[in-house]
Amino acid sequence: MIDYAYYPGCSVKSSAKHYEESILPVFRELGVNLNEIEDWNCCGATATPSVDKSKTAALNGRILALAEKDNGNLIVPCAACYLSLKKYHLFLSGGSEEAQKTLNALKTQGLEYKGGVQVKHPLEVLTAEIGLDKIKDRVTRPLSGLRVASYYGCQVVRPYADFDDAEDPTTMDNVIAALGAEPVDYSAKTRCCGGALTANIDEVGIELNYLLLKEAKRKHADVFVTLCPLCLFNLEISQKKVNKKYKQDLHTPVLFFSQLMGLAFGLSKESMGFQRSLIPLDAMWNKIESGGSNE
Amino acid sequence: MKIQEAVTFEGDLNRDFAQEIRTRSGCHEIDLCIQCGTCSSACPCAAFMDYTPRKIISMIKNGFKEETLKSFTPWLCASCYSCQVRCPSEIKITDIMYAVKRMAVEEKTYPARFSIPNMDKAMHEILTTFGRSSEVWLMLNMALKTRKPMPLLKMIPLGMGLMKTGRMSIKLETIKQRRQLRRLLKAVKEEENND
Repeated sequence: MIDYAYYPGCSVKSSAKHYEESILPVFRELGVNLNEIEDWNCCGATATPSVDKSKTAALNGRILALAEKDNGNLIVPCAACYLSLKKYHLFLSGGSEEAQKTLNALKTQGLEYKGGVQVKHPLEVLTAEIGLDKIKDRVTRPLSGLRVASYYGCQVVRPYADFDDAEDPTTMDNVIAALGAEPVDYSAKTRCCGGALTANIDEVGIELNYLLLKEAKRKHADVFVTLCPLCLFNLEISQKKVNKKYKQDLHTPVLFFSQLMGLAFGLSKESMGFQRSLIPLDAMWNKIESGGSNE
Repeated sequence: MKIQEAVTFEGDLNRDFAQEIRTRSGCHEIDLCIQCGTCSSACPCAAFMDYTPRKIISMIKNGFKEETLKSFTPWLCASCYSCQVRCPSEIKITDIMYAVKRMAVEEKTYPARFSIPNMDKAMHEILTTFGRSSEVWLMLNMALKTRKPMPLLKMIPLGMGLMKTGRMSIKLETIKQRRQLRRLLKAVKEEENND
């Protein structure tokens, strides 16, 4: 077994519980232990950088210092946390005068950051370290015929990721293909879902998510997979509003890629958190059970 | 329609504004903007903004401080970084939007009852006190700040759905070392003001 430090973040402990419920056992199946950092705090996501930069740097600095003490290899599944930790790792190890002030403040509380943390997304570890072959070998229940739209959103692929492309990423599609499912050519894969705007401003949320849902329907996707708690949440809560405004049925379930991995590995539906979906999954189960033949 | 002076005169401009944004954003490339509009065309939210991202950059360069700090535009930035990765001059536009937001918060010029700045402020308060976010408490704090109860009431059916699927709780999340966090945030402000 290989050990990694693991930073869950707030969403993964609440509205995106099924992300953690699926990613921990799936990684264990692949020989990787994710060890949660002791007493971690929130990264501030897109909220605190809009109010106070030095406090945001300190919040992220505390997380990075705790991770460095634990195990420098840090896995971060949430897109917003991934971006934030990557951003402030670069800031704090960049040697600026401003960064030094944050480091000094951390020291007053017995926290030290030497710049030694590698912030990694699970997709990076799956494709570049564990490898697609190992994933393929572990599949006991191939998801034949299931058409999957891989939706990456913004914050994992932009602007700091070095393991995939900012405009046309493919790592999640490759993982989906390794499970025996069929990745659809989803052209809106990195188009924004509206982030924190969507739940607050209907006008913005409906327009942005209409485009995402419509494109998935056009490509006959049975299901979305995503890597971001907020993308999943926004796509779920927008469907009713979009259908009402555009008088169409664009209902499509939204899952975390790790849930489909667990399913293909033969793990139980309940343990992978499928019951937490806000969108009914009946059509998807029928498709999986028939191996994609009941078109 | 309210009749008011619609022209900003030379004397109303603030020539130090661009320098302030440069320092605050850590982005010194703003002068390299060629006004090509790639940012505005890449922006998924530009259609909802009062000034497009291209215009905001020009306004900052040319000292339109008051208009920029009162604008809805930075608060409609979803932080997707599309503009930033496509900008031919490699201007960190998302970071500039963050710098404008912080300045608007400090100078209290942000749209006062608009949801987004109030959500960011509510989240900032909760995080700096408890170290973690709790959705229900965030929503309540936000409703108090905007003095608008309707959005909160409209969220009730969604909240019920999330509770039923075990995805939301009314528990107030907190870290154990709250005192350490408080001292850390105090120390970082002291360091910042210590030039």
